[in-house]
Amino acid sequence: MTTPKPQVGLFVTCLVDFFRPTVGFSAVKLLEDAGCEVSVPAAQTCCGQPAYNSGDRAGARALAEQVIALFETFDHVVVPSGSCAGMIKVHYPDLFSGEPGWRLRAERLAAKTHELTSFLVDVLGVAPLPVSWEGTATYHDSCSGLRELGVKAQPRRLLSAVDGLAIKEMRDPEACCGFGGTFCVKYDEISNAIVDRKTADIKSTGVDLLLSGDLGCLLNMAGKLKREGSRVEVRHVAEVLAGMATGPAIGEKTK
Amino acid sequence: MSGGLSSASFPKNAHAALANPPLLKAIAHIEETLVSGRRRAVDALPEFEALRDAGRDIKAHTLAHLDLYLEAFEKKVVEAGGFVHWAADAAEASRIVLDICQAAGARRVTKGKSMITEEVGLNAFLEANGITPVETDLGEYIIQLRGETPSHIIAPAVHVNKEQVAADFRRVHTKLDPLRNLEEPTSLLAEARGVLRERFLTADVGITGANFLVAETGSTVIVTNEGNGDLTQILPKTHIVLASIEKVVPTLEDVATIMRLLARSATGQEMSVYTTLSTGPRRAGDPDGPEAFHVVLLDNGRSAMLGTEFEDMLRCIRCGACINHCPVYRSVGGHAYGSVYPGPMGSVLTPSLQGLEKAAHLANASTLCGRCESVCPMRIPLPKMLRHWREKEFERHLTPKKARFGLAAWRFLAARPRLYGAVTRMAAWSLARLAGKDGALKQLPLASGWTRWRDLPAPEGGTFRTEWAKRGRK
Repeated sequence: MTTPKPQVGLFVTCLVDFFRPTVGFSAVKLLEDAGCEVSVPAAQTCCGQPAYNSGDRAGARALAEQVIALFETFDHVVVPSGSCAGMIKVHYPDLFSGEPGWRLRAERLAAKTHELTSFLVDVLGVAPLPVSWEGTATYHDSCSGLRELGVKAQPRRLLSAVDGLAIKEMRDPEACCGFGGTFCVKYDEISNAIVDRKTADIKSTGVDLLLSGDLGCLLNMAGKLKREGSRVEVRHVAEVLAGMATGPAIGEKTK
Repeated sequence: MSGGLSSASFPKNAHAALANPPLLKAIAHIEETLVSGRRRAVDALPEFEALRDAGRDIKAHTLAHLDLYLEAFEKKVVEAGGFVHWAADAAEASRIVLDICQAAGARRVTKGKSMITEEVGLNAFLEANGITPVETDLGEYIIQLRGETPSHIIAPAVHVNKEQVAADFRRVHTKLDPLRNLEEPTSLLAEARGVLRERFLTADVGITGANFLVAETGSTVIVTNEGNGDLTQILPKTHIVLASIEKVVPTLEDVATIMRLLARSATGQEMSVYTTLSTGPRRAGDPDGPEAFHVVLLDNGRSAMLGTEFEDMLRCIRCGACINHCPVYRSVGGHAYGSVYPGPMGSVLTPSLQGLEKAAHLANASTLCGRCESVCPMRIPLPKMLRHWREKEFERHLTPKKARFGLAAWRFLAARPRLYGAVTRMAAWSLARLAGKDGALKQLPLASGWTRWRDLPAPEGGTFRTEWAKRGRK
């Protein structure tokens, strides 16, 4: 008798859906190669984090209900973003305090929701795919993934198996990049000062490639690096791990 | 209160700060001094995380029984021959201090470093009533000369560089030899010490804050690195301690536990250089000490935080670690906040003290990166509390109209998956076309907050959900 494949619901995130489908396909490849049955519910939109962090609890709650109803039947829910995974895993239960029924559903979903690299390493414990990427890279620890979910060693462990890739750490990989969701446009001048320090740190490593696990941070850092005329490539970690880092990098010219 | 800046004009203040290179250079030093120092100290103490739990538990327990511990503290102060005064707000605290000073016939008071006296605006009040306050902490002394307020709770003059200090000393210290070398921090320190020595000896009243109030003994505790606090409280005939109510802890043992966290979190020292306990006035046979000992206990909105989502903030021991690690503070410095307390702890505390209407920017001006909480020795959930303020702002309809409209529009769209799919598909396609082969946009109407500073990487073209459906997948 064979064990049934784990049923994984991929919460692709609104930013990946809109800006960079390649990250979604990379996540699917990584999960399928690890033996999962992957579904992507078509009715998914946003996890509600922009509303939650703007003080709009009711708005966040409405979207949380939608996500819970769509994803609660899966064995696992996987998210290629520490920030959106953190929203579901850490903050959803808090949105339903005082409502035992919804709270229980939120807690059950939270318990089986995982950031992508953490799912691959901590839950599945899979061997990385035999992929290669020639060059040096640095890894930015996105804030929510790092501090809400403890994502730090997992992406580095997976990257250490990529043939030809050498990781060179920044002086402060855990420093915020200044994205902060709506912060980056509400307080754009301060956001710029923060990302300015970040790109200086990235450039001082002299690497070819910047990786991270959150598209929001990646768009911010890529946009700044490009404005500064830097040639550092910027990609989501899943693209390299899945061997799909072949097309143009984030914000790069198409050929 | 803060050099004329207000919290309501935070973006404007921040803009000015970002155009001030000497300021930016000065605050950049926080990294190699305070942040690196804390890292080394914490790495060298294996039980640091366990100590954080212990510290949090002590404060949480005390706050749950705050009335009992404050009354116990008061009883012990009185037993030791001191006086305790209760001040509901800043005005009452200032009035009590002035009354004590006037009863003592005081003309000049020396002051140890105290954020509570900044909170109540004591210096201006005393000056208006004919009493000259002299700050004796070097940083506080410098900003007093400059007519400024502290820009950091433990390093009040962190925004000033040594050349500026030298210029201020030459301006104010009229007996200073023009040839005297003031290029090194140590020579600046020596110059300030020389001037302050005479002030210590002629002060009528000494005013200090307190890092702890000890319920079991009635002692007040201060920690300093310069010893100025000791001279402030020992030499004059009257010593006034002005402290807020949440400074109380049950026992000396508790002080010892939290002290192991305080200096490490603040400066990276194992302990501050001086730790001084004061228990009542000078007793018969004591070699020194004041003849009168007063403790003024300030509430100023704190008791109203008990039992609310902001109660945890009262665990704060004012180490400044959250400030030192905050990417926003590190970009604009402390004065931009327009409040007595800057950085994450200030952004949580200030709306409680000033009212949310005046301070709404502060809770929003954060990326919620969480580094503050990760270094807080008292494990205060600062990002969560910033979010609570945002919720209160939203509930009270203080959120700007444009932001409310944006949120409502997003909610409308995100709750309608088919419409959402159609709109995002069109938008992604359009932006990809607009960017063409460049792969990024240099400018975009309605997104100028982004494109003013950075390119906007263009979408790849089709949305993931479209491409996924094209492959016949579910």
